[in-house]
Amino acid sequence: MGGGRGRGRKRAPALLRQRDAQAGEGRGGHFQAGWGGPQKSGRRCNVQTEESMFEDSWCAKSERAGPESMYPIQVHSPEYSYGCPPPQAWLGRSERLTRKNYMVKNLKRFRKQLEREVGKLEAAKCDFFPKTFELPSDYHLFVEEFRKTPGITWIMKPVARSQGKGIFLFRKLKDIMDWRKDVGRSDDQKDDIPVENYVAQRYIENPYLIGGRKFDLRVYVLVMSYIPLRAWLYRDGFVRFSNTRFTLSSIDDHYVHLTNVAVQKTSPDYDPEKGCKWMIQRFRQYLTSKHGPEMVETLFRDMDNIFIKSLQSVQKVIISDKHCFELYGYDILIDQDLKPWLLEVNASPSLAASSQEDYQLKTCLLEDTLHIVDMEASTHRAAHGSVEGKACLLRLYRRKQAYGSRLAWLTGKEKRVGGFDLMWNDGPVSREEEGIDTAGTGNFVANTHLGCNNDRKKQLRQLFCSFHSQKKVTS
Amino acid sequence: MILKFQVSLQKPEIKLETLKEDIKEFFRITGWEKKLHNAVYSELTVFPLPRHPAAPPEHLKEPLVYMRKAQGSWEKRILKSLNSMCTELSIPLARKRPVVEQKELLNKWNEMGTDEPDLSLFRPVYAPKDFLEVLINLRNPNYENGEHLNFKTHLGLIQVPLKVKYISELKEFFVELSLNTGQLGIDDATQVPPELFENEHVRLGQKVLAEQDSAAAQQYIRQGSPTALRAELWALILNVSNQPEDLLYYEQLKSNVIQHDLLVDSLIYKDVKLTASNDDYYFVFEDYLYQVLLCFSRDTAVLGHFAYNSASPPKSYIRGKLGMEDYAVFYPPNGVIPFHGFSMYVAPLCFLYHEPSKLYQIFREMYVRFFFRLHSISSHHSGIVSLCLLFETLLQTHLPQLFYHLREIGAQPLRISFKWMVRAFSGYLATDQLLLLWDRILGYNSLEILAVLAAAVFAFRAVNLMEVTSLAAAEAVLADLSTLKVMPLLQIFLFATVT
Repeated sequence: MGGGRGRGRKRAPALLRQRDAQAGEGRGGHFQAGWGGPQKSGRRCNVQTEESMFEDSWCAKSERAGPESMYPIQVHSPEYSYGCPPPQAWLGRSERLTRKNYMVKNLKRFRKQLEREVGKLEAAKCDFFPKTFELPSDYHLFVEEFRKTPGITWIMKPVARSQGKGIFLFRKLKDIMDWRKDVGRSDDQKDDIPVENYVAQRYIENPYLIGGRKFDLRVYVLVMSYIPLRAWLYRDGFVRFSNTRFTLSSIDDHYVHLTNVAVQKTSPDYDPEKGCKWMIQRFRQYLTSKHGPEMVETLFRDMDNIFIKSLQSVQKVIISDKHCFELYGYDILIDQDLKPWLLEVNASPSLAASSQEDYQLKTCLLEDTLHIVDMEASTHRAAHGSVEGKACLLRLYRRKQAYGSRLAWLTGKEKRVGGFDLMWNDGPVSREEEGIDTAGTGNFVANTHLGCNNDRKKQLRQLFCSFHSQKKVTS
Repeated sequence: MILKFQVSLQKPEIKLETLKEDIKEFFRITGWEKKLHNAVYSELTVFPLPRHPAAPPEHLKEPLVYMRKAQGSWEKRILKSLNSMCTELSIPLARKRPVVEQKELLNKWNEMGTDEPDLSLFRPVYAPKDFLEVLINLRNPNYENGEHLNFKTHLGLIQVPLKVKYISELKEFFVELSLNTGQLGIDDATQVPPELFENEHVRLGQKVLAEQDSAAAQQYIRQGSPTALRAELWALILNVSNQPEDLLYYEQLKSNVIQHDLLVDSLIYKDVKLTASNDDYYFVFEDYLYQVLLCFSRDTAVLGHFAYNSASPPKSYIRGKLGMEDYAVFYPPNGVIPFHGFSMYVAPLCFLYHEPSKLYQIFREMYVRFFFRLHSISSHHSGIVSLCLLFETLLQTHLPQLFYHLREIGAQPLRISFKWMVRAFSGYLATDQLLLLWDRILGYNSLEILAVLAAAVFAFRAVNLMEVTSLAAAEAVLADLSTLKVMPLLQIFLFATVT
């Protein structure tokens, strides 16, 4: 899925093009919306009419994949103009988070900074990334570490590819010697990059198993701005199971170790009807009945910590723009001690659906993303009070039929929109209402509800209705 | 347990003079008193009350003769089907495995799901709908069962005159589910502040577990069990503990599986592959299902439940000795022939128990207390016949228009709800809802709640059902139950419907 982006569209600027190439084919659709400058930027979207801009045409159907798959298309519309700079630079830099080698570098640097500024304890909270070395640049450091702990398994991942391509496991240095020779001769060179960078990462040998199978979690985080850091966490997500039972004895068997659905789909006993996914709610219930609520709370708190720290580590290197947003797909692995590890962050998480449940999740995810984008846009626009702003508000008004034709004038102070909970707003966001005196009790509970009940329709209705009643009062 | 008790009695604290008091005191301190209480309570719950001394043992199984006869002929049919499959495929009912195969199976014990044996020639011995046909044709010979409809003919499918509860009796029976009593499944929803009910209920649950009292647990669980405490509560109610001898017993069963191969095993494999493996929720637990079900079919302790089950275990004869009682064995060893969907009884339990021997014991207890009633013909109030009749009566009494409409279009409601009840809704409801439902089954020690829920589902979707014009369309309306919330449906149907 993905693809189809270029249909009828003028050539994208150089930076974006390079990024597409690096990511390889078959990646998921990319969410990029920026409010372009007053002049027509030449990057018109596929969708011509302004009404349809926020509607289902965001997610046009791919001609190649079946009707369930959808991908959002890149949209730059000249209608929204209030003189802000075109956002290419920002978008290009988000690879600081998503390319595996950059992520490692940034995390290491951030950790050092925390150790200096705050202390060892705080820095230790960054230890959610398994030991990683960039190759070929850190080869000698890697060999040193390798020799220190012989016999453990390492995993080799190409830095900029997705969907499990090019990944393999090894235990002996000899295995990568062979690879080094091969890489020089391989025909993976259709990309523009001369030497493909890899990372060697310590393989987590004691993953948590359910039914004897390994799994990882996919969680969605929406970042509205980096400075100040504003991030939302989606309540739903899913758990991807490996199709075969976990064993360390067959490290060549990709199907066991890699849980990417893309790889599983090619496994011989993959049954698309079966779907090797669980929703995170079910996973959370399963863990609660097995380990009790406290341990599960701790686990999910640690995952929150992963999201925040990883975003903070790249805060300074991504050029923040209030008019841009990005939806990330975090891949988390849980080991047998219930410690979460960050595997990677995806800038364009796959939005193809493998089952009805999956389709439901992804459509709701996109819808709520658009709600938040609307909200941020409309609050900003309101501040400007421009003519264009009012015109676009009118368009939004027409669009909100689904919720009883009430305009979604969210105040911007909401802590929850649909399935998204505001996780970080330049500081931790508490579940409690502001004003209630919890200070001193130390009972800070974060406003995240991953794996909890997602009654988004109800919440959205409440939001819109409450606005309407507010408006009545004020007008 | 007696042995353990004797061993622990050899302590200096017990003196001959004050033996009685010392023993009582000893009981209390060491927790034996509680264990005895629980064991006695368990026996009382499972076994029916003693009957008239002159009643023959068959009466314990099933007092009504015509029901016994019907069950007998149904069993003959099943056996015939099994035997014919056996002869067709020329596979023996049982055979000893060669050593090589034994080793292989032992290695693969934890991942039997990866096996892909050729099961295309096997077919399930029977499916729920075959059983339904048998139930439809049940007749009480004391009634006039002429061909034409008369005043006494029931409007539903079941034609036997068993006594089922009215809704007023159900309201009394299920009094803990009433509107002004807190429930898990309703009063733990996100909008309800936990201080109102949930927190207190959890604290109470922890206290019950600390006391290790079966009876109290059974009373407590009528209002639902918190997720974290459910596994222990169920074990307490079913009086299942993980003693070393239980582990040993399970290991022994496992070695029986390794040594001998039964035809029934292939049926189990086929069933798991057809049902649980294809289920979105339970496919992960495939391996556990094999480990439990294969051992279950070799467990002769299960034969004990046939004392109060109207069914009887099928007998098989050693080759060449047909008819000679000395050479008769029960086949399968536990006397239970699995049918299509049998593995779904085990699948939800995998959510709670992860250790195979405990999972096995819990399943076995659940089977010999409840599940066996769902596929044997009897007049027991929790038997499937009564459940069907209860369902139809409730629907007729409280939704007469819907019932009549469905009957007119040839979509008798029981045809749709039968499969839900036979499986105790496993595989139809979302797992957390199913577990809440099974909490109540344990709490009330009765399966009647399945019939009430089935009627409540029909009531909930009545508006759509009134518009359908065929059985297929009605099935479609009721095809997906995974979004239903069980407890509100039950509460509304029982306590908030205008009658």
